[in-house]
Amino acid sequence: MRAFIVLLQKEFLQIRRNSFLPKLIIVFPIMVMLLMPLIMTMDVRNVNVALVDQDQSSTSARIASHINASDYLCLSIATTEYPEAMFALERGEVDVIVQVPNRFEQSLMLDSPVKIGITANAVNATKGALGMQYVVQTIAFSLSELTEEAGRTNVSELISIENRFNPTLNYRHYMIPALMIILFILICGFLPALSIVGEKEKGTIEQINVTPVSRLVFTLSKLIPYWIIGMFVLTIAMIVAKLVYGLSPVGNVGLIYLGAALFILVISGFSLTIANLSETMQQTMFVMFFFIMNFMLLSGLLTPVDSMPLWAQNITLFLPPRYFVDILRAVYLKGAGFIDLRSSYCALLLFALFFNFLAIVTYKKRS
Amino acid sequence: MNEVVISVRNLTKCFGNFTAVNNISFDVLRGEIFGFLGANGAGKTTAMRMLCGLSFPTSGSGSVAGFDVMKEGEQIKQHIGYMSQRFSLYNDLTVGENIQLFAGIYNLSKAQTEQRSCQLLERLNFSSERNTLVGALPLGWKQKLSFAIANIHEPKVVFLDEPTGGVDPLTRRQFWELIYETAEKGTTIFVTTHYMDEAEYCSRVSIMVDGEVRALDTPRNLKREFAAESMDEVFRVIARGAKRCD
Repeated sequence: MRAFIVLLQKEFLQIRRNSFLPKLIIVFPIMVMLLMPLIMTMDVRNVNVALVDQDQSSTSARIASHINASDYLCLSIATTEYPEAMFALERGEVDVIVQVPNRFEQSLMLDSPVKIGITANAVNATKGALGMQYVVQTIAFSLSELTEEAGRTNVSELISIENRFNPTLNYRHYMIPALMIILFILICGFLPALSIVGEKEKGTIEQINVTPVSRLVFTLSKLIPYWIIGMFVLTIAMIVAKLVYGLSPVGNVGLIYLGAALFILVISGFSLTIANLSETMQQTMFVMFFFIMNFMLLSGLLTPVDSMPLWAQNITLFLPPRYFVDILRAVYLKGAGFIDLRSSYCALLLFALFFNFLAIVTYKKRS
Repeated sequence: MNEVVISVRNLTKCFGNFTAVNNISFDVLRGEIFGFLGANGAGKTTAMRMLCGLSFPTSGSGSVAGFDVMKEGEQIKQHIGYMSQRFSLYNDLTVGENIQLFAGIYNLSKAQTEQRSCQLLERLNFSSERNTLVGALPLGWKQKLSFAIANIHEPKVVFLDEPTGGVDPLTRRQFWELIYETAEKGTTIFVTTHYMDEAEYCSRVSIMVDGEVRALDTPRNLKREFAAESMDEVFRVIARGAKRCD
């Protein structure tokens, strides 16, 4: 017990004396949480729309004014000739073409409406798809206004889109939990590994190996400081998210800390294992980068798991961050409870036990 | 004083096809200063690492402080001190913090730790350096501190791997005074060195060549046997046939 306490004290002293680490631990989360949500945005703005108005009616005029009024859309060309609009699209001057066909307004009054045509430039797939969606929403809005004014209620054809839990489809809110996870992976994933390999390179670990300190005690002394640091980083990140982006968890804060507590153990245990198996800094860093790339890209941090090919979805089941991504987004944005997420918590717990067991077993005091 | 503290029989260590330590056998008694000599690459450090429980022997048997080298490595560690070739205290901790760390690792109580660190600092004339970072100390001081810390838990055996390499003659002399004092209290000292004047100070000396122990006796007997005037000459005669060197 005494050995454990002195080893912990030693780790904290070393972290505190490091000229770089304490600053990193405070500045890094603040920087990432302040800047990255602004940059990592998939919100599409300034979608240029060409309106091919072959109807020249009050309805088409209304659509035009709504497009112009939208924050996201910008009516850059209004014409009656489709080829002209197509030419502009080919030159990249517009992203979406809206074609209001001849006698559209009239057909609305009858019960067999002619269809509005929408063509999108999908070279930039995200901008194309989202731009198209915005246009559809805007037109749907115009038409519903119109039918309401006309006193008609059977607007069954009208498109209805609703984004639940993130009503404004604010990409920032979607990314903030992901950024927190990236912080854990970088801080609690790299630092313990570097600390072990650092001791190997300096030779100090040999002085420890020749003492009766147990492998469990030594591993815990490397794990716990970074676990505490991780909790501290989470707190900073949550405060910044609240103060700067007004995003506070809908669900229970305790559930977030519970998930983080487990996830940090997973990622630190993983990193200690890698460090135990490596001899040099380069080896450790390179192997860590390999896995962290996969963690970041495959675990649903940046792109939804549901839209991955099936084989990739199956791979994600073996990646611990995937479960924490689920937990953090669900608690933060949906307000999910423990019961809904119990399988994800269980998965994290199993990963934590597995990797930390591995970290203890791969630490060899004797060669 | 005839208690056997280290006993080694046919100890061998192979790395692949290379036999670093080949079938060595010897006994070391309580309170002895046992000089473990040999050219670079002769296998001294490998042999010492096996005795300290840092490396598994390929074959053979041995016991240190009454525990089996093969099976009871961790028990051995409770009863030995070790000072590696490379300085390996924590440079970013102070003298006092290093002492406290290792005292705590051996489960010394706070009171014991305080008492021993005061004694130790006083003996080394280090009391004023208690709060100095170890990294800022000159090499000779670092080595003396390492030795003192290796003794903090009053082990039965202390293993010293080239403790005076790169140390100035005056500090070397002080270092050997520390060794003598410690041995007089009944601690066995197992020391490797390349300085033949130091070999003269040892109770007994073994000389390793190409992984084997070629000679083992008191310095006086060795000199007589090889009709040499100094240990330096003895060493040169024995090590001449070495195939491994760097």
